[in-house]
Amino acid sequence: MPAFLFKRFVNAAGVMLAVAFLAFLTFRFVGDPVELMLNEQASQAQRDELRVRLGLDKGFLLQFATFVGNALRGDFGISYRNQQEVFTLIAERFPATFELVLVATFLSLAIGIPLGVYTAIRRDSLLAKALQFVSVLGVSLPSFALGILFILVFSVNLQWLPAFGRGEVVQLGWWSTGLLTASGRKALILPGITLSLFQITLVMRLVRAEMLETMRTDFIRFARARGLPARAVNFRHALRNCLMPVITVTGLQIGNLIAFALVTETVFQWPGMGMLFVQAVTFVDIPVMAAYLIVVSFIFVSLNTLVDLTYAWVDPRLREDALSGGANAR
Amino acid sequence: MPAEAAKAAAKPGRLRRFLDSDIGWSFRHTPAAWLSALVLALLILTALFCPLIAPQNPHDLAQIFIDKAEIPPIWSADGEWPFLLGTDPQGRDVFSAILYGTRVSLIIGFSAVLVSMAIGVSIGLIAGFYGGRIDNLLMRLGDTVLSIPTLLMAILVSAIFRELLPPALRDPFAAAVLVVSIALTSWVQYARTVRASTMVERRKEYVLAARIIKVPAGRIMRRHILPNTLTPVMVAATLNLGLAILSEATLSFLGVGMPITQPSLGTLIRIGNQYLFSGSWWLVVFPSLQLGLIVLSVNLLGDWLRDALNPKLR
Repeated sequence: MPAFLFKRFVNAAGVMLAVAFLAFLTFRFVGDPVELMLNEQASQAQRDELRVRLGLDKGFLLQFATFVGNALRGDFGISYRNQQEVFTLIAERFPATFELVLVATFLSLAIGIPLGVYTAIRRDSLLAKALQFVSVLGVSLPSFALGILFILVFSVNLQWLPAFGRGEVVQLGWWSTGLLTASGRKALILPGITLSLFQITLVMRLVRAEMLETMRTDFIRFARARGLPARAVNFRHALRNCLMPVITVTGLQIGNLIAFALVTETVFQWPGMGMLFVQAVTFVDIPVMAAYLIVVSFIFVSLNTLVDLTYAWVDPRLREDALSGGANAR
Repeated sequence: MPAEAAKAAAKPGRLRRFLDSDIGWSFRHTPAAWLSALVLALLILTALFCPLIAPQNPHDLAQIFIDKAEIPPIWSADGEWPFLLGTDPQGRDVFSAILYGTRVSLIIGFSAVLVSMAIGVSIGLIAGFYGGRIDNLLMRLGDTVLSIPTLLMAILVSAIFRELLPPALRDPFAAAVLVVSIALTSWVQYARTVRASTMVERRKEYVLAARIIKVPAGRIMRRHILPNTLTPVMVAATLNLGLAILSEATLSFLGVGMPITQPSLGTLIRIGNQYLFSGSWWLVVFPSLQLGLIVLSVNLLGDWLRDALNPKLR
């Protein structure tokens, strides 16, 4: 097990280093950081001083090492656009994105699982077929177009729900939450649904496929033969056996949801990390872009590694495979 | 000419042969498949011949009249011929803009798939054929690309390329930048499938025979192995076409894609989004529907192709 653990961590660290290198290249070679940070009237002395202060006069590898060292300490430099620490900017926006992703994940499970079970049990019913078709539709319509259509219907025409922003938020220490106020919860509905739609179809298809597979196994047939009511067989026996892959996929998808949240956030003017990133891209605010890339990749890679480790822990066969592949360490 | 007619009957055309094959049978008996193929063909044809069909050239300022601004679709009370789907605040015909935008979206989508396929297939062939250290390096590269969310990567790559281009070249090269950034983030799937089948093929006797008579490695890969790896690549390409069109639309919507001067469907939705609260709903609804229709038909076709070519399901 320790050898396996070690291998996974080395892998994850390698990927993060590659991401950091990409971020560093962007930072270093897309536009001249000195030109972007100073205004046009700056003297040559000021330019040189900033160049030294940023460490741009040092060797390439040394610069990269400093960049990684700083990133590890959470120091991503100063935003070109609003002259604030990038770390603070991202930390301020993180709770908004996190709550949105949380709501979307909850919705995808709460809606996706029942729909998946239904389409598996009543496979030939008209409603199940309609749901299957709608799920293809859900994958095909881009989430930003859906979000705009939702705003059009529910905010502009019916005026039921707000079209943008987070509503009222409550500060809990450095964390700002919209879950504690009525307007905050109301503001979460449309963006939450928009972000979760793709996820709902994914969970639904997965649960359906897994259920169909499980329903064919012997222990289900035996449970039926024992005369157990259909509901007990479907939910207590079959569904339970499908939940492991569902949980894994949900875990893996959180990283994707965070990335995709940037589209939803732009549509709903949601003040999260994603909108910060999109604004940074339009203003070529490279420190913010680089930091966002690193933060999101870090979450993504950590989740992947965590899922792999859980699997190895649950399923000893994977551990052995990894070990025989990884020579005779132990 | 009876002789020629007999010849034609004996040697049926390509379409006929396709419809008579196993795949063709499945195609004819799956309504979702031929319906979506029909819709897609219609969309591609109208997009290709849009200058002939569209009542107005949305890029030609001489044909646009500001006094025709924000006319609603033809079926509402204030609708006006020939503006089927209404006009935008500059007086552009929405229907024409959608046709021209569809052309841009389809061209970028198809090119992105072709480029990423070319990159992925070459990398897969090389990795699978040589194996060892080269294989390891290339596949690690692929793992790294996959370990960053695709959308994020595509935004970043397109932002970097745009920044590196001189400002005067940014608009003319916007489409090329999009193609490259989508391709660079979606080649891994092709590389993996091609690598897997190459590793199987290279041990077979026909490859060995070619090597014995000293056929150069590049030629073996292209002429001997490649044709035997293409079936899964075609399925992946069809399914990825939908994704590529969606990625392009998303990037354009976020403002890092096609400029307003050559709008794709995503750009049109972005523009329409600004007039959401002024009541001009047709500016955003129709481009969205068109985009959804394209991606839906591509996806249905891809789903069918995947199932039809899967021997397990036959």
